[in-house]
Amino acid sequence: MVAAGLASAGVAATLVVNAFRSNLVFFFTPSQIAADEAPRNRAFRIGGLVENGSVHRDGTTVNFMVTDTAKSVPVAYVGILPDLFREGKGVVAQGRLESDGVFHASEVLAKHDENYMPPEAAEALKRARGGQPDSTATLVVAQPGANAANAVTSTAAGTPPGGSKQ
Amino acid sequence: MIPEIGNFALMVATAVALVLGTLPIVGAARGNVRWMAMARPAARVMFLLVVVAASCLVSSFLHDDFSVVYVASNSMRALPIQYKLAAFWGGHEGSMLLWLLILSFWMFAVSVFSTHLPREMIARILGVMGLIALGFLLFIILTSNPFERLLPAAADGNELNPLLQDPGMVAHPPMLYMGYVGFSVAFAFAIAALLGGNLDATWARWSRPWTTVAWTFLTIGICLGSAWAYYTLGWGGWWFWDPVENASFMPWLAGTALMHSLAVTEKRSGFKVWTVLLAIFAFSLSLLGTFLVRSGVLTSVHAFASDPRRGVFILLFLGVVIGGSLALFAWRAPKVGLGERFELVSRESMLLTNNVLFLGAAACVLLGTLYPLALDALGMGKISVGPPYFDTVFVPLMAPALFLMGIGPLARWRKANLPEIAARLKWAAGVSVLVAIAVPLIEGRWSFLVAGGILLATWIVSSSATNLWSRVRPGQGGSIGAKLAALPRGYLGMLAAHVGVAVFIVGITLVKGYEVEKDVRMDTGDTVALGPYTARFVGTTEGSGPNYLYLRGQFDILRGDKVVRTMFPEKRQFVSKSEPMTNAAIAPSITGDLYISMGEAVSQSAWVVRVYYKPFVDWIWGGCLIMACGGVLALSDRRYRLERRVGQAALGAAAASA
Repeated sequence: MVAAGLASAGVAATLVVNAFRSNLVFFFTPSQIAADEAPRNRAFRIGGLVENGSVHRDGTTVNFMVTDTAKSVPVAYVGILPDLFREGKGVVAQGRLESDGVFHASEVLAKHDENYMPPEAAEALKRARGGQPDSTATLVVAQPGANAANAVTSTAAGTPPGGSKQ
Repeated sequence: MIPEIGNFALMVATAVALVLGTLPIVGAARGNVRWMAMARPAARVMFLLVVVAASCLVSSFLHDDFSVVYVASNSMRALPIQYKLAAFWGGHEGSMLLWLLILSFWMFAVSVFSTHLPREMIARILGVMGLIALGFLLFIILTSNPFERLLPAAADGNELNPLLQDPGMVAHPPMLYMGYVGFSVAFAFAIAALLGGNLDATWARWSRPWTTVAWTFLTIGICLGSAWAYYTLGWGGWWFWDPVENASFMPWLAGTALMHSLAVTEKRSGFKVWTVLLAIFAFSLSLLGTFLVRSGVLTSVHAFASDPRRGVFILLFLGVVIGGSLALFAWRAPKVGLGERFELVSRESMLLTNNVLFLGAAACVLLGTLYPLALDALGMGKISVGPPYFDTVFVPLMAPALFLMGIGPLARWRKANLPEIAARLKWAAGVSVLVAIAVPLIEGRWSFLVAGGILLATWIVSSSATNLWSRVRPGQGGSIGAKLAALPRGYLGMLAAHVGVAVFIVGITLVKGYEVEKDVRMDTGDTVALGPYTARFVGTTEGSGPNYLYLRGQFDILRGDKVVRTMFPEKRQFVSKSEPMTNAAIAPSITGDLYISMGEAVSQSAWVVRVYYKPFVDWIWGGCLIMACGGVLALSDRRYRLERRVGQAALGAAAASA
């Protein structure tokens, strides 16, 4: 009985670890993609700012550039963008880099707070600037649900329960 | 003045918590009756003080006192009054105070209802809860004080996040916290039992209703959160495996395991050690969940690290509570004993399997939630764990648990007979297979996922029905009605909760299998097919709400040539915000929802629109509510009611003397 239990626990653990490894989504910055460090046949995430003047909508297809201020990546997305998607604002997209060099996003995430910078986007900008923590307002990683708190006080506040869905 | 009163009440409460957390526990160890007797009054005084503090914060919100930082950050004059109240828990500081308020409410409830408990037991239980309260009080006063002043005062507040201005969000956090914090009672019972070394069936019977009530609240809380995400976020999703959701789901999984394990401890005196461990896990995961959501660690590990006071306090507190209780467990558990023996095929073994599966599921969620955080904290790069991981892991883990749900309640304690169970369930199995094949064929598209889900759901319902029938079958001992009325409520509650799970599964399977999701460009007069319906875009109008302007689209829903419904999705522009918000229009029905939300304008009259048909989606939340009803039914069981009658007498006496 103990042996059977251990065996099934082992099988279960293997399944979990496999599922875990094959579903990890890595993160790359536009500079890394420009340097050809990103994988071609695997989904990953990119983050940065939506470049000003780069958004073009054609029916349900949207094309835009994601930049970390050093390099930019063209992104194509079919569907409706989140309310907080804006030129000049932070964005995170998940998808694949196709052979045409365009990142085809299956998902575009912009958290529901106007002052909020997705952590991945902030990270991309930071790395592009040589890893130095930036002092400008755009790089202060604000918290969703704490837009107001950031405006009147520097106290960081957290998300409401269930409040940071994308 | 009012915020200072609140602040003062919190400080006095800290002193009371210190007394409550020490004297009664020491008294119980030394047999000092007077010290032990302090537990009850101290718990009640503490509840009173926290209520005073919470009322002060409510009053500051209602009076638009923008000289309080927290009020200025989360409210504004134009905010409707119900959202001024809900703004109480719209941010970090208020949420912590809500947590404390609910904890002291549970302490008060224990002090009132547990009149029959031995003196040592109640002293230890309230003492342990007092220590938890002390931790939270110190955290609030030292790092997250909601009464902090803003000088000079702001002219107007910054408004509550518009997404939270929603009836579902008014109720979601209190419900969730009633559940989270409710597990502190089961935890305190477990620690008290470890300290006293007396874990028996009576202990389990005392502990059970508290666990059930916490589980019920948590179920409702998670359900509300999921429904809120569905109708406010405009994406039509109901569960995202977001860390914030996982934070509430892990205690639920552990709590579900705990409920089942407590049944064995009460009925068979088995699983004692295991039950205690589960009680510790359930509460530890509740604490972890609270802090994951509230500390900002999810948004950015670096933001968390940049405010070291909170971070360090949280880690210390988690370390003390989890580490301390596990150490106590390791030290005292061997004295508790293992309980009755049981065979490989028995109700005990099936409940044990249920426990292992639920705990395994909780561990998988924990891994997927914490691993990216840990990696990020160690500077090893940013990754995320996508929903496919959770889906892949959950289906194989939960399928056997759902299968056992049909068999377990029919199996005998100690030693069950498999051929006998198989014979009793042959009809249930036959019906399940037939329905599982029929449903995808009727829907018109074959899918193994749907067939499997329907198979398990029908299996649960039909085996529960078999179980019920075997108890009320006409024959000796009265009519069906009389037998039904004589059934214990705990048993009926169990059946109801299991049927709730089945309803829930029907919902998720059919949505996943047959939903229609379209993002389309629509000009005035354009139509789009949507399951059995057609949606026609009529046009847009503009107007204004209490604190926002809106642009409203009109869609006629046609079935054949007839307009059966008109739907009005909105884009809302809140006065204080620069970004618009999408307000989806949903036409719910028991067989499926129509869901329309406005994307963006692509020309003068054309819009990109998201149109969804979600078959049976409301069954998801309906199932959760049935589960919660099962919890309520179980709580009304007579063997708890006897205890409650004693408790109510005490409550009446307390009210009379107050």
